[in-house]
Amino acid sequence: MCGTCGCGSENNGPTILKPGEEKHQHSHDEHTHEHSHEGHHHHHDGHTHSYESDHKHKVLKIEQDILQNNQVLAARNRGYFEAKNIFALNMVSSPGSGKTSILERTLADLKDEISFYVIEGDQQTLNDANRINALDIPVIQINTGKGCHLESDMVYDAVKKLIIEENSILMIENVGNLVCPSMFDLGESKRVVIISTTEGEDKPIKYPDMFYTSDICIINKIDLLPYVNIDIQKIKNYALQVNPNLQFFEVSATTGEGMKAWYDWLKDQSKNLKAKA
Amino acid sequence: MHELSIAIGIVKIAEDETAKAKAKQVTKIELEIGVLSGVELESLNFVWKSAVKNTVLEFAKKEIDIIKGIGKCLDCNTEFDMKYVYDTCPKCKSNFKGILKGKELRVKAIEVI
Repeated sequence: MCGTCGCGSENNGPTILKPGEEKHQHSHDEHTHEHSHEGHHHHHDGHTHSYESDHKHKVLKIEQDILQNNQVLAARNRGYFEAKNIFALNMVSSPGSGKTSILERTLADLKDEISFYVIEGDQQTLNDANRINALDIPVIQINTGKGCHLESDMVYDAVKKLIIEENSILMIENVGNLVCPSMFDLGESKRVVIISTTEGEDKPIKYPDMFYTSDICIINKIDLLPYVNIDIQKIKNYALQVNPNLQFFEVSATTGEGMKAWYDWLKDQSKNLKAKA
Repeated sequence: MHELSIAIGIVKIAEDETAKAKAKQVTKIELEIGVLSGVELESLNFVWKSAVKNTVLEFAKKEIDIIKGIGKCLDCNTEFDMKYVYDTCPKCKSNFKGILKGKELRVKAIEVI
């Protein structure tokens, strides 16, 4: 099993494709499997240790963070983004909350003002990347196979393939899952959690880790409020209980209601990039 | 099921350290997992067997040190036990707190032969 990407076998590991590219099976052209075995090289390098003794138990103090590998690569991504003046957003939510719809509408409305790039994460299909590609926005699809979240090495490989220009905003749409992606830093500038009005007021405390690690919370599908028995203030109160620093946007990606505040925020981020350049 | 990724991360650390020490196999692994780390122990135990198969950890005994959550209120400085990340300060009910303990997710030590 691949120790870095977590793929179970050659056939269900992550693939990273541009729309129109054929899906060759898990080619690993940039992502060779050497990394999971690199430690073994020490076996054969002729370097000897005096304390070696067979059939004797020896305790090794390690004290290593289990997610260290992901964190190191996330830090590398973050450094790259900062150096190239790229503002990266990690968009997370349950499946069906409207990540792709919010993204589509935002890109269509702002693409003349802001330079956007998109990384799409799904277990299977190029469908989301094709939706973004239809808007003439550069996009890469990561298919995680059996994987339930994106990890920083997948984003690292995707970013290399995407070739992002300076002073851009990179939208990373994570796999639809409100649990697993919370633990995996991708190197983003801000994490955006999306919840829709059909999901239940107490979702933030049912899945607290994602709300705890996010900076922005978009409440989507507000056009459905007349039809659902939900109090939007209660969603916010629960979310603030988990993370009092969350900043909210209430939107409908379908009707466009409330999108202006979100756009203004994005434009401010874009202006900040240009001011720094 | 991100616990599979966690288990694979543990395997990688164990493989690297075992190779560095020129050992053959891990007989015991000690983990530190905080209750606020986001890892379900049941899920980790569930995936463990398949994750360690054909690795240095295959026959290793797994010991998990569960670390209790401790928070400190940013408004009134009270230290308190935490079970969930959304627990509020028991004294002043503030949501603003720092987590002092409970986010740990570490390989503490391995015993090799």
